[in-house]
Amino acid sequence: MRSRGAGTRTQLTKLEELLRELRVEEVMTRRLVSVSGDFTMAQVKELLRKHRISGVPVLEGEALVGVVSIEDVTRALEQGEMGAKVRDRMSREVITVFADEPAVEAVKRFAHTKVGRLPVLDRGGKVVGILTPGDPVGRAFRVMDLRYREQEQQRWQQKGLGLEDLLGEGASLVLRFRVQGEDFAGAGKASVQAKRVLGRLGLDPGAVRRATIAAYEAEMNLIIHTRGGELTLEATPHSVVVEAVDKGPGIVDVEQALQPGFSTAPEWVCEMGFGAGMGLNNIQSCADEFEIESEVGRGTRVRAVVHLSQSGRKDRLNR
Amino acid sequence: MKLIEIAQRLGLKVEAGVDHLENEVRGGYAGDLLSCVMARAKTGDLWVTVQRHPNIVAVAVLVGLAGIVVTEGGNIEPATLERAEQEGIPILVSSASAFRVVGELWDLGIRGE
Repeated sequence: MRSRGAGTRTQLTKLEELLRELRVEEVMTRRLVSVSGDFTMAQVKELLRKHRISGVPVLEGEALVGVVSIEDVTRALEQGEMGAKVRDRMSREVITVFADEPAVEAVKRFAHTKVGRLPVLDRGGKVVGILTPGDPVGRAFRVMDLRYREQEQQRWQQKGLGLEDLLGEGASLVLRFRVQGEDFAGAGKASVQAKRVLGRLGLDPGAVRRATIAAYEAEMNLIIHTRGGELTLEATPHSVVVEAVDKGPGIVDVEQALQPGFSTAPEWVCEMGFGAGMGLNNIQSCADEFEIESEVGRGTRVRAVVHLSQSGRKDRLNR
Repeated sequence: MKLIEIAQRLGLKVEAGVDHLENEVRGGYAGDLLSCVMARAKTGDLWVTVQRHPNIVAVAVLVGLAGIVVTEGGNIEPATLERAEQEGIPILVSSASAFRVVGELWDLGIRGE
């Protein structure tokens, strides 16, 4: 906070301003985990592990009476006293912060006291959340990022910029993804990435939703049924075109494959909730234009076109 | 109703996306077939499912769900939680069955088709 490199000075000022502007309640984690003094240290250890946290407030009724942390647990463990009650092992001198104080006050308190967490109280003295040292600054950076993006989008909107202005008439933006067969760990990544990019371009959200749901189903088909293939999304000022192309094995009976509920997915795939026989139907119902062609041994090409809102078509999936 | 209120009223354990508990829940959908979720769930819905593999996060992002309630307790794959954190999707866990969770959500006034 105190380093004054010339290049980072502007950002630091912004950060400081933001930490003054944001209230503690906007940067805290809302309290969901606490213990009573009756808990044993062994129970606390289990709780900390389960929630992956380093300390919890101790409450008697609604009153905050202490804090018990991973350091207290470690000490109890070393002394073989894991059966001891929390009320005998907790820190009673608890440093707190009020929910309506500026976030910068929490930052100062962390800097001066070196505690690992600050319980957050409302003015009635009730615990309403908890802060760890990274929370205020981390949250402030996220708010800065969000505001920057909003401003950027506003700038575009004010200028009346659409995709057309960005790309020029006749040009389009193509997102191309290689999809590996049976890559369930990476499944959905391409479509999620595409949604992020198309969303940032400021395209009609309903159309982006339909196009990326279609892309997801196509992506899953590549993963479940093929040795892999290519998924592309092409954005033009008027539409998003989703296309999935693979090199086999191909579909024996396309008409049958289009029947809702018809699936050739293996059982282990179905257990994960895939292979419901709804994929192609979903693509069809998301799309304004749909084409499929397939040849056994050669491969399959699925093409879905989603018109952007100029078409006046209501987004039926997003009523 | 905000997700945080639902989490507190139903005693759900927050496993991921703790920064997004202010999400407004506009309705609900229950089911384990991902394509059905894609087809039927709406933006802002809370999704109740027993599925817990990483792909549920992709589904939630694409549909624009308010969050996921994973039923029947148990551990969630770390890869699922990691992706949920990256994408900002809250994952809440209940030890109860989907039937019970949906009943409790209905009692809170959360509706679905």
